[in-house]
Amino acid sequence: MSGHSTYQPQGKFAKWLDSRLPILTLMNAQAIDFPTPRNLNYFWTFGAILMMMLVVQIVTGIVLAMHYTANVDLAFESVEKIMRDVNFGWLLRYMHANGASMFFIAVYIHIFRGLYYGSYKAPREILWILGVVIFLLMMATGFMGYVLPWGQMSFWGATVITNLFSAIPLIGESIVQWLWGGFSVANPTLNRFFALHYLLPFMILGVVILHIWALHVPGNNNPTGVSVKSNQDTVPFHPYITIKDTFAMVLFCLFFGWFLFYIPNYLGHPDNYIPADPLVTPAHIVPEWYFLPFYAILRAVPSKLGGVIAMFGAIAVLFILPWLDTSKVRSGAFRPMFRPFFWVFVLVCIILGWLGSQPAEGVYVILARIGMVYYFAFFLIILPVLGLIERTTPLPASIAESVLGKSGGGSAQPAGSTAAPADKG
Amino acid sequence: MTIRLSLALVLGLAGAALTGPSASAAEGAPHIPKESWSFSGPFGHYDPAQLQRGFKIYQEVCSACHSMEYVAIRTLGSDSGPYFSEAAVKEIASGYQIEDGPNDQGEMYERPGRPSDHFPPPFPNEESARLANGGAYPPDLSLIAKARAAHAGFPWFVFDALTQYQEAGPDYIYALLTHYEEAPEGVELSPGMYYNTAFLSGNQIAMPPPLSDGQVEYTDGTPETVDQYARDISAFLMWAAEPKLEERKQVGFKVMVFLVVFAGLLYFTKRKIWSDVAH
Repeated sequence: MSGHSTYQPQGKFAKWLDSRLPILTLMNAQAIDFPTPRNLNYFWTFGAILMMMLVVQIVTGIVLAMHYTANVDLAFESVEKIMRDVNFGWLLRYMHANGASMFFIAVYIHIFRGLYYGSYKAPREILWILGVVIFLLMMATGFMGYVLPWGQMSFWGATVITNLFSAIPLIGESIVQWLWGGFSVANPTLNRFFALHYLLPFMILGVVILHIWALHVPGNNNPTGVSVKSNQDTVPFHPYITIKDTFAMVLFCLFFGWFLFYIPNYLGHPDNYIPADPLVTPAHIVPEWYFLPFYAILRAVPSKLGGVIAMFGAIAVLFILPWLDTSKVRSGAFRPMFRPFFWVFVLVCIILGWLGSQPAEGVYVILARIGMVYYFAFFLIILPVLGLIERTTPLPASIAESVLGKSGGGSAQPAGSTAAPADKG
Repeated sequence: MTIRLSLALVLGLAGAALTGPSASAAEGAPHIPKESWSFSGPFGHYDPAQLQRGFKIYQEVCSACHSMEYVAIRTLGSDSGPYFSEAAVKEIASGYQIEDGPNDQGEMYERPGRPSDHFPPPFPNEESARLANGGAYPPDLSLIAKARAAHAGFPWFVFDALTQYQEAGPDYIYALLTHYEEAPEGVELSPGMYYNTAFLSGNQIAMPPPLSDGQVEYTDGTPETVDQYARDISAFLMWAAEPKLEERKQVGFKVMVFLVVFAGLLYFTKRKIWSDVAH
């Protein structure tokens, strides 16, 4: 979507700078004039919310790292020092710990939005795949971050998850010892987790830049799934999207603040306020809530290796999703058969999450197996078959028509619109 | 057809999920009732008089066996805590003997405590603590009010988020201290164990009933009952675990008010900007 901006740098310094490094032209084209579908709903604000959460996590994380000590004998105490003695340390730590949960709430909404509106379909496959890479990096970062306070759940969560790799035939044991830096989860493990926990967010930032780059080539999908055809379909990013995103970010901050200021320990586990003890196993080892659906899938399979494959497969299947869905229609709004399957899928994910928090026994395991079968069937059977048999409802001719038809009039051309003509697929 | 099948399947899943916890609750997980605390809710704050009474119980009863290693004595003077006077904090500190050193002779020595010291542990190490307590290790109390909680099953945990319920710890401590009972017939207690219906890890606990009526003297006319003692020590331990609770809720209120106003302004600005565009 190049060529939509008519920006010319004004002023001596701007011209001097832009002729050497055209950053002003770039930012104007990508963040000011960028043509954005006029019909985006509030589900499209979660990209901006996620960007905000990444910055919150990096800023609070860097300051926390100035006070934290990555050593098995000192880590727990250093966290308590942050909570009790560091100025606003309680705010930093609660913001970081709850911020991780907020980050995942936002990313799950973002992913389900992409699923519902078919945002992964051509020409946005690379955009989607980069998103799955970010999701994987987030999971690794979240997992290692939870280990750092060195409470009981930190230690035993790390033990359970790293032990998964021992299921790999022949080389599994060696891989686990290599991950641990020893023969059990111990000081070398904590040290490397801290180093990686500091590194990975910057890798996330790098992939986020690629993600936005890949977004700005085809432009945003939209609730109709119909591609942008003319400049009547779009509004410039600024001020239309900037103000809407900012409003949504502040609303999200209110939600965040509810947890941060009033129930900061609601999403954590009480056992993590007990210092790690390798000799005492907690009654139930439970990962953070955002891993629970995958944890349920892991435990639903009777064999260890099978469980590990199923768990990683549950994420890996997302990588090939753009080629599994055979429907030519992007948006679920025009797919009457897809919709109930989609909402059942959402419900199954939530129920799997709840099952992940329950002991792996009796009826819970059976339910988790049913849920897991539906999870994989949704991607591997339902989406491929639906595209072949489903009769979709008629699509609007354009975004503008869908909007104007609905409201029965209004101006077709927003003031200041500089959108590109329809040459994109 | 397929749609109906899958819907039925999920409804079945959800139904089984709903009935799940009640089945597990019947196995004997103790029900911990919710008490009323001054520090609950968005404007919650500690009651200094209650924390001072609670500290007295800690000092005269709990500290005989339990350490509280992360709490510094100076924090007793906090105005969002027990609010002891500076002189009182110094006097409390000097009542403890703290091991320090080595001195210029290379010797460790004992000196009277200072406000900057943390509360000294009753036993030098875990082994001696176990030896003195019949093999059981009395846990550190600094974080106990955040490290223990009865699990709220589905769907109750959803309401806990909406009602800002964060007092599961003190509720549990209070219940534990007031639920010592004679073992019912047919229950064989292991040697050195006591029967407690609130204890989360089974009904047998190694801690003997620590409180009895009239055991700790109150000078402010508060009733000297086990029930009152249990409330006061639970409140004190909540403060010990979460000393910045008041500051957090006060800062939180200002931030939330700001965000609500800001969101309102942004909402109208957004409407103004979009008013010329059908969307």
